[in-house]
Formats: sequence, C-alpha cells, structure tokens
Amino acid sequence: MQFEAVIGLELHAQLATRTKIFSGAPTAYGAEANRQASAIDLGMPGMLPVLNEQAVHYAIRLGLALDAEVAGRSVFARKNYFYPDLPKGYQISQYELPVVGTGHLDIELDDGTRKRIGVTRAHLEEDAGKSLHEGFARMTGIDLNRAGTPLLEIVSEPELRSAREAVAYMKKMHSLVRYLRICDGNMQEGSFRCDANVSVRPVGETRFGTRAELKNLNSFRFVERAINFEIERQIELIEEGGEVIQETRLFDPDRGETRSMRGKEQAHDYRYFPDPDLLPLEITPALINAVRDELPELPDAKSERFQRDYGLSAYDAGVLTGSRELADYFEAVVAAAGDAKLSANWVMGELSGALNKAGLEITQSPIDAATLAGLLLRIRDETISGKIAKEVFEAIWDGEGDADAVINARGLRQVTDNTAIEAMVEEAIAANPEQLEQYRAGKTKLMGFFVGQVMKASGGKANPQQVNEILKRRLDG
Amino acid sequence: MHDHTIAGLAAALERGECSSVELTRAALERIGQAADLNAFITVTPESALAEAEAADAARARGEAGPLTGIPIAHKDIFCTDGVRTSCGSRMLENFVPPYDAFVVEQLRAAGAVSVGKTNMDEFAMGSSNETSYFGAVKTPWDRQAVPGGSSGGSAAAVAAGLVPAATGTDTGGSIRQPAALTGISGLKPTYGRVSRYGIVAFASSLDQAGPMASSAEDLAILLEGMAGFDRRDSTCVDRPVPDYRAQMVGTDLRGLRVGLPREFIEAEGVDAEVSSGIAAAAQALRDAGAEVREISLPNAGMAVPVYYVIAPAEASSNLSRFDGVRYGHRCDAPADLEDLYKRSRGEGFGEEVKRRIMVGTYALSAGYYDAYYHKAQQVRRLVQQDFARAFESVDVIAGPTAPSTAFPLGEKADDPVQMYLSDIFTIAVNLAGLPALSVPAGFGGGRPIGLQLIGNHFDEGRLLGAAHGYQQVTDWHRQRPVVEE
Repeated sequence: MQFEAVIGLELHAQLATRTKIFSGAPTAYGAEANRQASAIDLGMPGMLPVLNEQAVHYAIRLGLALDAEVAGRSVFARKNYFYPDLPKGYQISQYELPVVGTGHLDIELDDGTRKRIGVTRAHLEEDAGKSLHEGFARMTGIDLNRAGTPLLEIVSEPELRSAREAVAYMKKMHSLVRYLRICDGNMQEGSFRCDANVSVRPVGETRFGTRAELKNLNSFRFVERAINFEIERQIELIEEGGEVIQETRLFDPDRGETRSMRGKEQAHDYRYFPDPDLLPLEITPALINAVRDELPELPDAKSERFQRDYGLSAYDAGVLTGSRELADYFEAVVAAAGDAKLSANWVMGELSGALNKAGLEITQSPIDAATLAGLLLRIRDETISGKIAKEVFEAIWDGEGDADAVINARGLRQVTDNTAIEAMVEEAIAANPEQLEQYRAGKTKLMGFFVGQVMKASGGKANPQQVNEILKRRLDG
Repeated sequence: MHDHTIAGLAAALERGECSSVELTRAALERIGQAADLNAFITVTPESALAEAEAADAARARGEAGPLTGIPIAHKDIFCTDGVRTSCGSRMLENFVPPYDAFVVEQLRAAGAVSVGKTNMDEFAMGSSNETSYFGAVKTPWDRQAVPGGSSGGSAAAVAAGLVPAATGTDTGGSIRQPAALTGISGLKPTYGRVSRYGIVAFASSLDQAGPMASSAEDLAILLEGMAGFDRRDSTCVDRPVPDYRAQMVGTDLRGLRVGLPREFIEAEGVDAEVSSGIAAAAQALRDAGAEVREISLPNAGMAVPVYYVIAPAEASSNLSRFDGVRYGHRCDAPADLEDLYKRSRGEGFGEEVKRRIMVGTYALSAGYYDAYYHKAQQVRRLVQQDFARAFESVDVIAGPTAPSTAFPLGEKADDPVQMYLSDIFTIAVNLAGLPALSVPAGFGGGRPIGLQLIGNHFDEGRLLGAAHGYQQVTDWHRQRPVVEE
C-alpha cells in the first residue's frame, strides 16, 4: 500500500522585544541564572501581568506578512499545569481568540513549483523557565531568566506532505520572521523552535491518521530526520498490523529516532480560561495600518522585483532574497557596479563562498558592498580579467586594500597592447615548433596549449580575447 | 482617642492636642490589651513609631494631609515590604515580600502610620474569620461570636477602637459583611478603582480593596488615599480621583432616589430583626427626603451559585503558584516532585481553601467548562444587566448587608453552604463590579445590623454622600462595644 504523510508544524518564534511580555525584565540571552527574572516572572504573590505593546506590534507584523486576519479583539487565557519552571502554575497564552487568524505562506518545492501552505493561527504567549538537570546532586535547578519571554506560536494547517516540505515551510517562516525583525531566528539559543504533528494515511484516504507530536527539533536537519524517521515508523507499524497511538515523542538526535514521552492517557487537562488579570486585547484598524506602513518589502515581493528589474532567474532571486541583509547588500552592489548579472554571480559565488568558509554572516563581511562593486567595475572596464579578479578578491578579503590598490600594488592591470601581445605570441610559436606542426596537421585542440603559453608568459594579465584572436590568425595563417 | 474618627483625630493633630507618636503608642497599647480578640497577625511597633515620628516631623514642616500621622492597620492580604504577609495561611506563614502593595504605598505616601497586619480568613475565603491559620477573630461586641469575614481582623480592630481605620478586600462581601457584623462602615469600591497590585489574589475578576472605618466621611478620606491609576494592574481604570469628602459636605438626602430590591427584602432566611432594622433605615431615608421605591433584581438569586463557580475557578488557578518551589511552605524532605507538590500544598492550605481549589478545578475541567464556568459567566452578565436597568431609575440601591447579625463562633464552621449564604446580598455587587458600602443601622439582640448601599459604576461620590447623609440623621455608627481594658 502507498502511504502519504500528513504534517503540521507549530513554530515558536521568540519575539525580539527588549523586555518580557508581561514584565519589565530584560530578555537578553545568556545572563547568570535568575538575574533577569522580576517578581512578576517569579510569580510572586500579588504580582500582575502588564502586556508589552511591542510584542503586539510584532504579532501584527507577522499577521500582515501572512496575509492573515489580525483580530480586532483577542483574549489571553491561562493554561494551567504544574511544573517547577512554570512559576505561576499556569502559562499565559491565547486559546479561543488568537491575535492572528488564518493566513498562508507559499513555499518553493524541489521541482521548482510553489505550494501554498495554510496558517491556522498565530498567538502570543509567555515562555517558561528552564529546568537544569546537571550540576545539582539529586536535585533540579530552576533558571527563570527565560520565563516570560514573549513567544509567537505559529500553527500551520496539516498541509505539508513530506519532511522536505516541512523544512521548506520552516525555512521560509524563519526567513520571514527575520525579515520582519520580530525574531532573531537563533536556533541554538532556542529563539526559533519547532514541534511537528505527523501522521500517515493510505494515498487516496481523506481522513487523517492518528498523529504523534514530535518535540526537541532544534535544527532544520533534526526536523527533516525526525519526520522521516517518524513517517517510516508509523508506516511500518501499520503494515505490521499495529496501530499508531496519539502521543508526544521526543527526537533523539544521537540515535536519529523518536521516543515516546507521554501518551494520551497522561495528557494534561489544561483548564484554559480567560485570564482575569488582563483585559481583552483590542487592536484598532488605525494600529494595523500604522504597522502596515512600517512593513519592509517581503521576500516574495522582493524576489519578484529582482527577477523583473534585474533580469535574474527565479533561483538567483530566491537565493539573494533569502535574507533582508543579503538582498540589501546585493542591491547596493548593483547600484554601484551597474551590472546585475555580474553582481549576482559575485555575491552568490565568490563572496558567499568566502563567507561560508569563514563562518560569517553577510553583515559581518570584511568586504562591503561598495568595495565589491569597485572590483566589478574593474572587470567591466577590462582593467582586469575575471580570472585575475578572483586573485584581487582574495587580496581585498585579506585586507590589502580596495580593488584599485591591489591591482596597482600587484601590477595586475590587463595587457591590451596588440604589439606586446603579438610579441608574446611570436615567442610562444617559436618556442614550440613541434606543437605548431601538429596544429597545422589538424590537431586544432592545441590552440588551448598556445593560449596557456601566452597567458603564462604575460603572468595572466594578457587580455584573453586578444590573445585568442592573434593566435588564431598566426596559427591558421 | 479610640472613639475618634480620622477626621476628628486629624483635627486634634492639627491643633497640636496630640502627636502621631502619642496616637500610635495608644493604638499599640490597646492592641496589646485586646489581644484576646485575635484581630492582628503581626504588630509592627518599631516601624509604626518611626513612621509616626516622621509624620510628626512632616506636620511640623507644614506638609500634613488628612491622613498624616493617623494609625491604621492593613489586612494581611496586602503585601508589605519587609513585613510578613501571611494571608491567614500556613502556606505564607513565613513569607516576607520585598515590595509594598499599591494601597500600602499610597497610604504610606499619604502619611498614614501602619501599626500591623490584621487577621483574616485564609486567602480571604470565609465569612466568619474562622478559617484563619492564626485562629478565629472575635467580635468586640461578644467574645463568643464571629466578626464576619474575610476582613474580620480589620473589622474587629476598628470596632474595638484599636485603630481608627483599616484596609480590607472584598471579593464577595469581605469588607461589607464584617463591617455590618461589627457595626462599622466599610466600602467596596468599583472594580478597577483601586489597584490590585500587591494584593494576594483570590478571585481576580472580583477582588477589590477598600477602606473600613467608623464613618462614611472617614471612608471618603481613605478612599481618596487608596485610589488612583496604577499601570501595574491592567484592570485598574485610569480615571481622576475626585475629592470625595468635599463632595459630601452639606449632602442632604432630599430627592435621592433609593431603590429597595424586592428580592433582598423578601429573601428567605433573613433574621426578623435584620428585616425590621432595614425597614427602619428605609424609613429614616424617607424621612430625610429620599424617594424610596421598590425595585426588582430578578436574577439576584443566581448570584451565589454563579459566584461559587467563578470565584473558586479563578482561585484554583491563582493559588497554583503556591507549590513549595520558590517561596512559602515547603514540606520536609520531599521524595520527588509529585511528593513536593502534594505535601507542600496539602500541609500549607486549610480545609476551606482546599475545598474551593477542588470546586474550581472541577468547574474548569474539560467537559465541564461549558456547563459551569461558561454558563456562570453568562448568568453573571444577566446579574450585571439587572443592576444596569435598576440604575436607570434610582441613584442608589439599599438593603441588608447580611441576612443575620454576628453568629456564634463555630455555628456555621462545618456547614459551608450556610456560611456561603452569609454573602447572599453582597455577592451580586462583586459580580457586577459595582461600588457598595455597609453602614451601621441598628441592633438585633445587642449585635449590629448593617445597611448596604449600592451605587453605580464609579459613583462612589454619591454613594458616600448618601451614607453620610444617613449618618447625619442616625447615630448607629457612633455606638461602640464595651471593650474591657
């Protein structure tokens, strides 16, 4: 029997507000344990939550970017459960009325087609603290620095059909929240997290199978591996006559498998009810408009514009709009160098390669956009060849100055003087009479050999086009 | 000094007839003498005298306001920076907050001197002050009877003249009912008028702090000191605080439209002496020129059942933070996390608190939420609409505060339903978020009867004016119990 997977993702984006969602404590990562927890975050008696306006603005941004309804009225609810790192014994979240309603996100599939994925909702909530199990003999440490950090939980429709699609969706959302500057997207620090609901069903079946919820998926790679493992596990189980049970499963990256964490019978009854400490959140059309006015150009629109205005392929435009910073860099290069194709090739080629190798982000590039454009201008005006340009690029990267400085210091200016090139051609022919004879006997492939000899003699600086022309004339003549 | 009102004491201070230090010493002395009332959980003589000295110094500099140097007490539900705040529970027996509640801050800033923390029903859950971990409070009118609750310690302290005023909180009647039972005046303001910041939460959508004193005029002075916008409480309303006392000067009751709800007057289980006391009070209002008419609050009878779904539901969640992990009672040598939770909470909470946590947890459970919590919220709106309709034709609503006078200690302690019915007339007001007060209106069998006056939202000025007008033509509020010295 053929099976298909049905996958829905719950993404948690930590909002990049300066302070927590219901208290004035800072949200910065990495402070000494419990130094960034106020009396509110500690759930002290008599302390009350006060909503962070910035978090609301960020939620509206995402709502607009997903073409979703932003609720005029949404409600904070308490999700009640006991856990040591949950100070109040409840998490303030949103339940029946979330701030962002149904929207969608388009993803690019492997075959180049696009698929629209529905977003069910996105709601604001507070993060819990952390339980520390290491370093405390027979005890657990509690760090509440993270408690009260604002989260936006973004829930997709179960419309993803493979691990690849799930990752494409997650990557797209990751790029989007960073575009919107509402989340730093740092997955190591847990700023962007994913839970996946996975089920399988025979192809053609319209009802859903029983799903498992996968947790601990803190990288794109883990998401793909965990989902693939889980799909296989469920299919095997069904084929062996077994039944999938609804449960929460933890991904173990070391063993590459998912393991049961708690079953449905142990599922919590969270006893949601509207939080009486917080008034319903009212969002006016005026506020929505104000947030809309501040929205940056979104990735899809930017990609379309790059294709239209710069004549780039869909693929190139997609890569260059992968992050707002990369797109900005590219546009700055084009503006100064004037050749979009050449600019795209260099930004995606040499520059991205060097950045990857050095483990740097585009914002940390040692070569700024103006400097790279300076190099490209020297290619365009034929001061140097594309090949020499790579040498110049490396020198710039290593801090030897801008393109002109490197070209002058290293004497890399291209030789375009016909007389000089002719002399080098004569020399090469004279030094290799055997090859000349073979060439003239019909082994025209040896053209490349002679070009190499001349370029070598010129130290790579001879204009390759001129070398080709002159050689051809002399050898054939 | 103990028969003086805040207004009277402030005048004496201003004339230099006494100092705040003298008043404070006298208060501390009387608290010691009346220890058998068990009105206080914590007395803070040192800080009280220091505050009194500071108040006297401020007065000498010409910086005194109406509360400067006046000794007061706070219900032990208000967090006090550096002073144990127990909420009447073993759970918080040793809890010392590092912050003041907004009300404490405000009254401190107004120059009032805090002499200590008063006894209360555990987590404000009770109507007799018998659920306190620190023991029952007795009413100064009869050492064998209860003072009402949950602000029973504050009520007894004011009634016995230990302090001229005290703070309380009122979730279902916890200021008004003990005020009625001890023969003092007590006001529950409009929900949102006074910040809940720093008040240990019982039922967040109902809790409201208010003053307890011996006259409506004193309530006005205190409310002005306690009210004000506080952005730390999102349900606190940003609205100017009027000069309540100035508003009541020269108040007379002529033309005041007073509604007597049929459902309150004809309610079952009301003591005959309470009924006749309220009838006499209505006549006194009429005689003073008020237009008293009968009105109807058809859904009033639903208030108690609705309250006993909503309040426990919110409480079950609010009290989850007391888990033995960060502060409060923690059991000895827990075997594991489950054991830590079970024993810390099992040992820390008393019976009534546990009962309400159970009820509230049940009401919010999957499958029961719609039938209980959701339904209760719908009926709550009906109760609110009753009042809204009534206030289209009357200015204040009058009736009994409680169905009986102070009852004997232990009488209802084992019968929660009978106890819950003590608040039959006060609860609807919390559900509707309205302001209401109780003022003394006679005696039955030697024990005080309370007249409840209910106002429209944020209409405390008129409400206090009506109570003041009533106190101009009656002297029940000047009657005092005999307290053995």
